Amino acid sequence: MRIPALLRLPPRRLLALAFPWFVACSPKGDEKPVIGLITKTASNPFFVKMKEGAEQAAAAQGATLIAAAGRSDGDNAGQVTAIENLMAAGAKAILISASDSKAIVPAIKKARDAGILVIALDSPTDPVDATDALFATDNYKAGQLIGQYAKARLGATPAKIATLDLIPGHPTGAQRHNGFLSGFGLPSYEKTRNELAQPPEVVCMTDAMGDQAKGQTAMENCLQAHPDINVVYTVNEPSAAGAFNALKNAGKEKGVLIVSVDGSCRGVQNVVDGALTATAQQYPLRMAELGVEAAMTFIKTATKASGYVDTGVQLIAKDTVAGVASLGAEKALGLCWGDK
Amino acid sequence: MSDPTAPLVLEARGLAKCYGHVTALDGTDFEVRAGEIMAVIGDNGAGKSSLIKALSGALIPDGGEIWLDGARVHFTGPSDARRAGIETVYQDLALAPAMSITENLFLGREHRRPGIAGSLLRVLDRQRMEREAAEHLQQLGIGIRSITQAVETLSGGQRQGIAVARSAAFARHVVILDEPTAALGVKESSMVLDLITRVRDRGLSVILISHNMPHVFALADRIHIQRLGRRAALVNTRDVSMADAVAVMTGAVEWPAALQTNAV
Amino acid sequence: MIVRRLAYAGPLVALLLACTFFALQSPRFLTGANLSLVLQQVMVVGVLAIGQTLVILTGGIDLACGMIMALGSITMSLLAVKHGWHPAVAIAGGMSVTTLAGMVNGLLVTRIKLPPFIVTLGTMNIAFAVTQLVSRAQTFTDLPPLLTWLGHGVRMGNTPIAYGALAMLLLYGFAFVLLRETAAGRHVYAVGNNLESARLAGINTNRLLLSVYMLSGLCAGVAALLSIARTGVGDPQSGQTENLDTVTAVVLGGTSLFGGRGIVVGSLVGALIVGVFRNGLTLMGVSSVYQILVTGVLVILAVATDQWSRKS
Repeated sequence: MRIPALLRLPPRRLLALAFPWFVACSPKGDEKPVIGLITKTASNPFFVKMKEGAEQAAAAQGATLIAAAGRSDGDNAGQVTAIENLMAAGAKAILISASDSKAIVPAIKKARDAGILVIALDSPTDPVDATDALFATDNYKAGQLIGQYAKARLGATPAKIATLDLIPGHPTGAQRHNGFLSGFGLPSYEKTRNELAQPPEVVCMTDAMGDQAKGQTAMENCLQAHPDINVVYTVNEPSAAGAFNALKNAGKEKGVLIVSVDGSCRGVQNVVDGALTATAQQYPLRMAELGVEAAMTFIKTATKASGYVDTGVQLIAKDTVAGVASLGAEKALGLCWGDK
Repeated sequence: MSDPTAPLVLEARGLAKCYGHVTALDGTDFEVRAGEIMAVIGDNGAGKSSLIKALSGALIPDGGEIWLDGARVHFTGPSDARRAGIETVYQDLALAPAMSITENLFLGREHRRPGIAGSLLRVLDRQRMEREAAEHLQQLGIGIRSITQAVETLSGGQRQGIAVARSAAFARHVVILDEPTAALGVKESSMVLDLITRVRDRGLSVILISHNMPHVFALADRIHIQRLGRRAALVNTRDVSMADAVAVMTGAVEWPAALQTNAV
Repeated sequence: MIVRRLAYAGPLVALLLACTFFALQSPRFLTGANLSLVLQQVMVVGVLAIGQTLVILTGGIDLACGMIMALGSITMSLLAVKHGWHPAVAIAGGMSVTTLAGMVNGLLVTRIKLPPFIVTLGTMNIAFAVTQLVSRAQTFTDLPPLLTWLGHGVRMGNTPIAYGALAMLLLYGFAFVLLRETAAGRHVYAVGNNLESARLAGINTNRLLLSVYMLSGLCAGVAALLSIARTGVGDPQSGQTENLDTVTAVVLGGTSLFGGRGIVVGSLVGALIVGVFRNGLTLMGVSSVYQILVTGVLVILAVATDQWSRKS
């Protein structure tokens, strides 16, 4: 998927990618400006969608987009290499979804010192001002939305909650988890804390790495320990699908609320089908479009975007409850991840 | 002691082998009679191991002829030589340490169960192999407590004994032993030397490659002295002293042609 | 000899001790339903571990098995859902792809003489990339019933037993007999003990190694079907940790990473140890980080026992 973007480059640019010292000889002006996009992985559907959005926006604005990615979530070295390669390719702006919020900072500083606009998409760096701007979902808020919804649906029934989390110490996972508990009205940690809160209502808390098979295994074990679980929080939709499988195999899929975050096409479809009670949808396409727009503004007028832009999050549920605004799942079907 | 009129079992004429500019074998001759222990000695680089490899099929010579039991043979690999009845015990590569004695004895030549279990399902006949292994080791006078124990639990001498026993079990003509006592202590060595004598007494020819002159002189009927890729001398052990043999081996003296044995 | 026996019995003793411990900690642990669940949870890694055991016994390692499994499951679902092939043909197609991938590993190891670690590291990446490309990183849902049939099962009293778990046990039985009672099985050990001496003993070592890697690919194909049956979807993101999970199971089961020693059933015990700890610690309400910790300690213990038994 990276290769076609490369092939669209003029040969001289390609040469520059391979041999950075050729950049000095490359004439300026008549070629399309280059915008770089660095995602955590090339395979995660969320980032595939983000890349598609960025490519479309770049094509519409007359720019060339070069996409690169780490090998896996957490691959900092791969992202550093990608920044270096993009600098060599003459990118004017770099949009990055950092795998390691701290370790990537020196490489970003190098790029910014060379006059490149760097915008963080989806994931903030640490410190946040290491990039010019941040366009991202407010994951804590996303968690709060599904927390509020679950609480409203459950009503006065005492909560027995299972949480299927990401991996220890991951900021996105912590923000969603702690946001969920806060939205549910339970004691929780603040937004900036990377640990997971566990009030007594959370009877089973386990890491499923956002993977469907692991989510199923985790939920099965939780159900063995606590057959009366009535709320399941999951960090993303594949783990929610796994949790639903486990509940279905145990004959308990009817009475249990499953909530998640993402709003992928499959996730929204699961809400329609009743395999997922509610999800907080985020908008990678909007992140990408806003990022490319900001890059073009910078290239044309040298004005740098700055600060945090919340790209929005929308609660999607089949059944509405009083006091919590949500979008009907049928309506959201065509809107997965903001796709029209 | 072997019979000097016994027929030649294995014979080589004018074997040649070059590796680039290095001549390993320069038209060397070789022979061994039925029921004889033939020692091969020579300095490093004399072509000993190339000669042995050619005889055991591990090396294809550039020129020359090999005759086995009166017929010309062409070995294209170790399994050719083995099929023809020549078994070789390589210095360090003999056994699979974690496997049992029986398994090692029959490695690559396992017996299968009779009937469908063996022919279609290819199931091993463990009992038959264990019975034959026990009989065979007993005949050769190798005392082993249990033939199902792993080879790695044995002493160095016992392991070498198993390796020699394996070659003796399957050889029809010749057993080639490459430095069988190199890694062994005095007591273990003498045990292996006894075993080699018993193998010869069963009518097999033994080719013994060794650096250890006392062992060579204690065991061999004749000695093939290899030097500069050729046979420098072929002598009856009783006709030569250890000092003379070493002198010929190192090139200090030429061996008088009159004292050569009746080489062809 | 006693130490060697201990190395083989050790994993089973560890498993029984863990079960006893968890049974004392939670009344829910020692129920038929719970134990059958653990069996289901380990069936994918368990089947992959059969192939991994064969490869490790020859002194090699298969880092690609998990990704080849993902490729297999995507092939099966793609053929069945997108191209509308009969599910049985789609399954055969997926298994052919994984066996072929195993054959590529085997050919690179035997013909080009590359180290298995490097070969399978390479094919692991290739299998991952091909999986993403052919699936367009999309999960396949709405699979035909035949593809998920192994996820169903029979009930024995109150205990449901999945066909997939039975299939795994059957495969272990088959592999056990193959390795123990046939010449080819014993040659796997001989190759792992000493490749050169096995070759000189007249064993066609290249053909043997090739078959072993192909069998590992076939196991990945069966595991792909089991993974589909368990999750109900064809997931291109699956299989990413399974390679090391199988190595963990094999090592916990007492098979030596240096090759030539071990028993295949031990790998099932190893996979069960991991599964029992995951299940038991969750029942106790202990954080999943501790499960990772315990697995790490057990792996080191297992390898240390192996080293120790080789020295004495």
